[in-house]
Amino acid sequence: MPLPSVIGTEIEYGITVQNDRDFDPISSCVLLVNAYQENQDSQILWDYDQENPLMDARGFHVEGEKYTPNQQENIARNKTLRNGARFYVDHAHPEYSTPEVTNVLDLIAYERAGERTMEMARRAATALLPPGQTLLIYKNNSDRKGNSYGNHENYLIERKTPFKDVVEHFTPFLVSRQIYTGAGKIGSENRAMQCDYQISQRADFFETEVALDTMVKRPIINTRDEPHADRDKYRRLHVIIGDSNMSEVTTYLRVGVTSVILALIEDQAITKNMSIVEPVRAVKEVSHDIACKREFSMDRGGRLTAIQIQEDFLEMALAYFSSREVDPIIKDVLTRWEHTLSRLKEDPMQLDREIDWVIKHKLLRDYMSKRNTSWDHPQVQMLDLQYHDVRPDKGLYFLLERRDAVERIVDDADIEKAVYAPPTDTRAYFRGECIRRYPDSVFGVNWDSISFNVGDEPIKRILMNEPLKGTKAHVEELLNANPNVEDLVRSLTS
Amino acid sequence: MSDQEQKKRSDGGDSGEETKGDDGAGQKKIAKRGEELKEEMDTLIDEIDEVLEENAEEFVKNYVQRGGE
Repeated sequence: MPLPSVIGTEIEYGITVQNDRDFDPISSCVLLVNAYQENQDSQILWDYDQENPLMDARGFHVEGEKYTPNQQENIARNKTLRNGARFYVDHAHPEYSTPEVTNVLDLIAYERAGERTMEMARRAATALLPPGQTLLIYKNNSDRKGNSYGNHENYLIERKTPFKDVVEHFTPFLVSRQIYTGAGKIGSENRAMQCDYQISQRADFFETEVALDTMVKRPIINTRDEPHADRDKYRRLHVIIGDSNMSEVTTYLRVGVTSVILALIEDQAITKNMSIVEPVRAVKEVSHDIACKREFSMDRGGRLTAIQIQEDFLEMALAYFSSREVDPIIKDVLTRWEHTLSRLKEDPMQLDREIDWVIKHKLLRDYMSKRNTSWDHPQVQMLDLQYHDVRPDKGLYFLLERRDAVERIVDDADIEKAVYAPPTDTRAYFRGECIRRYPDSVFGVNWDSISFNVGDEPIKRILMNEPLKGTKAHVEELLNANPNVEDLVRSLTS
Repeated sequence: MSDQEQKKRSDGGDSGEETKGDDGAGQKKIAKRGEELKEEMDTLIDEIDEVLEENAEEFVKNYVQRGGE
């Protein structure tokens, strides 16, 4: 049986400062994360001792230097929030990693909580800039000049699942899922074939099948083996090929269907040879074909469109769940997936309330026809960027949302709650509650540990190897019984 | 949550049913809906122009990021 799902996303945002000739992304990012109200007095370290990003899933260590900034810089760049999320500076981008959640509805609520956190921080940071300058943040993945920044999805799977099964079955799934996960963009980059508009923001940047890299020569399957949990039991599959989505329905399908497919892979329920002959080339070709009609040579013989490849996966998923009790959310994901594929087959443009790349394509087309302009017009290109603006009054996706022109999955109240409160059913609950209850005594945090600085005692690190422990059901009573941090640490370490 | 979507979807379906009704009235309804859609699009495009960054050309040109991840 596959594991109960534990998922989370890490999103790097685009950043710029309007009217700043000397714009420096790194100092702007530091300003941004420190300007956020919740972070102003925070002195909590990100505990790099628990991280090993140079471990490879194929079983060998990779030589290289680990990046461990000194303590003060560490605190300036890393913020752990009361909702269990991490809000930090990653290279030259602000990044928001959601807390660990167990289902796709919570994932959407926390991802969107991240958008709101970015916006609150952006406003606070702008107030600290010289008059006339405005800090701007975009939830997208490319500057359209050859630079891409990521959206990484994380799925906890069983260590015993052979990694070669993941590579074999997951690759064609990831290549073909773009048709309902892309965020859309004008033109191409990174020496890819020219086009007016393509499905994915990221596709042009993928150059190999399997590798450890994320910044150069990006692979379809990333082998980073850093489970942030019990290494003997778990693997955290790090999916780097997705786009950041504005549309809730698109995120719902991207993460919901992907976790379904991973359950099938874990349970050896992928019964067909789904391999595409040239997957790296197919990534770009799927993205460049907005009619979704292009066919790809299959390893088993014959040629299939991306829609047909997805239909095969859907058929195997329906067969798999037909003999099992199905969680209502998964059931709904399957229904929506099926519906989306049939709409894509009839005419992809029907999905202009649901799928980002189609929503944006319609917006751009309507604008061009009304204003009699073309793809290369600066205003149309501005639209393409501003769709992803996190400001509620300026972001064009939000404009559509206010006009009820796009479909929603979660309520605003759920998003608002997710900004400040951790999920109750993962270890993020313990992390977030400790930060809320004992803000001055938490010394350092990582996904699988939290350490306390109590009086003159040495630092005490509590390991959280099990993502589904440290939940509200497990620890609320303990936390309530120990309003004093010394007592909490004593009861945890005795 | 999915109930809500279900509702939205079936609402859409219902209005589609109505237009199938008897010919004359149905035709008028379709024409009216067409007008409404056009008007919606017009106001949307106007609204976009109001919020769109000024100096789009320079803005887009200056939006340069470092590669990330």
